[in-house]
Amino acid sequence: MTEGRLFRWLRPWVFPAVLVGAFEWYARRAAALGSDALAPPSAAAKAFVGAALDGSLWQATGFTLGTAALGLLIGAVLGIALGLVLGLSRRAAQLGSVSIEVLRPVPSVALIPLAMLAFGFGVRMELAIVAFATFWPLLVLVQSAVQQIEPRLLEVSRVLGLSARERAFKIVLPAIVPRLFVALRLGVAVALVVAVTVEIAANPNGMGYAMMIAQQSFDPALMLAWLGWIGVVGFAVNAGMVLLQHVVARRMGVAP
Amino acid sequence: MNGNDRALSGLNWLGSFAVLCALVALWWIASNTGWVSRVFLPTPQATFASLLEGLNLSGGSGNGELLAFTQATVGRMVEGWLLASLFGVVLGAAIGVSPAVRAWVQPTLEFIRPLPASALLPLAISIFGLNPGMVLFVVAFGAMWPVLLATVHGFAAVEPRLAEVARCLQMSRAAYIWKMGLPNAMPDILAGMRLALTIALIVAVVGEMIASQSGLGQAILLAARAFRASDLFAGIVLLGLIGFASNALLAFAEKRLLRWQQP
Repeated sequence: MTEGRLFRWLRPWVFPAVLVGAFEWYARRAAALGSDALAPPSAAAKAFVGAALDGSLWQATGFTLGTAALGLLIGAVLGIALGLVLGLSRRAAQLGSVSIEVLRPVPSVALIPLAMLAFGFGVRMELAIVAFATFWPLLVLVQSAVQQIEPRLLEVSRVLGLSARERAFKIVLPAIVPRLFVALRLGVAVALVVAVTVEIAANPNGMGYAMMIAQQSFDPALMLAWLGWIGVVGFAVNAGMVLLQHVVARRMGVAP
Repeated sequence: MNGNDRALSGLNWLGSFAVLCALVALWWIASNTGWVSRVFLPTPQATFASLLEGLNLSGGSGNGELLAFTQATVGRMVEGWLLASLFGVVLGAAIGVSPAVRAWVQPTLEFIRPLPASALLPLAISIFGLNPGMVLFVVAFGAMWPVLLATVHGFAAVEPRLAEVARCLQMSRAAYIWKMGLPNAMPDILAGMRLALTIALIVAVVGEMIASQSGLGQAILLAARAFRASDLFAGIVLLGLIGFASNALLAFAEKRLLRWQQP
């Protein structure tokens, strides 16, 4: 019995362990042949400990996560507000549809050069792009969530003579909370990916830039350490959001 | 998508276009009166002129530069996307068809999924160097994940009774994949391919920016560095058009391919 559980617990780790082992063997052989493009995972682990001890790891991680969170906050507030309006009013949804369909497909990375011009390097350009990228999914998902609200709830609010603001905060927002968290989970994933991408492409801050600079200074061990760390951070943040979404869904009485 | 779209009558379309025109007019006023600095917000007419010139539509005076860049970017995106779709479906079918392989490999796939595709660029640069093949590799690799995971999911979700029927009929594994697994996974695969196309465009643009491969990504970055705002906007407009057109084409294809599913 315990053996079966141990086996099931160990099983997910076997495949990555084989991959890392193969990479270690290959990178050592490449290093022996005089290549400095790759480093074995053991060297990456050493570089990771070094970065964690001198604090650069936490500083860059904090910058990326903080900027992603703040950008998501801006994009989400705007997206949810417009989504509420478009979801509640059919006419508004129809009037806005062409503009939204035209603007939404613009890839967020296309705005990197524009944000560079407008804001220079730093927090603000990254915020602007993360906010733009997270605005659209939240807008679309909130709009469809509002459109799927039980119509009787809206009728009740009309009978009670609630003002538009009261209706939004007392009826509509509580009714869409479970779906809102699904949208937010997507938004978090998008925000993190976009933040790292902006740092790799342009912004000289954060985890993406740290990885880029490690590559440019021919420090493959440190670069691999950053790649692994970005993967771990992304996985942890996403797993946390899934957990949060389940908790919220259960609290709000939606089947898990 | 739903009844909402069909209810959009001609009058509503007109109103909707009017809103878009009003937005453009706002842009025109903001840039022409200098509310917003023209360093980063060019006038619509300047953007339009840059577009015409770059696409060689203005009657011989243009250099057709943007046209070549657009072709390069679209080519990179489509090639990477096709490679991603091919490898994603093949690997996904191989993993998804066997519950045993799924149990061993899927946790690793779930771990890699949230990794930003662009984070692989530095690694790819140090392995392959700065060349078009490197960018294509990263585009294909990044765009492969949604297809791969969707295929695995589609195969895992095959109705158990269908699998039993296949066993009763003594179908070979290849026949099972071809006749039951793939048709069943088709909606998932198509949704994954749609996401993959968006990712392919993004990674292609980022790759061009970092690796200095000629294309729209590099063009807009250089335009911004040289403070040529109208060229920058022309590039952004073209990228938006590429995104819009590719998404619309795929949505159309999806509707056609999945017609057999609708009652």
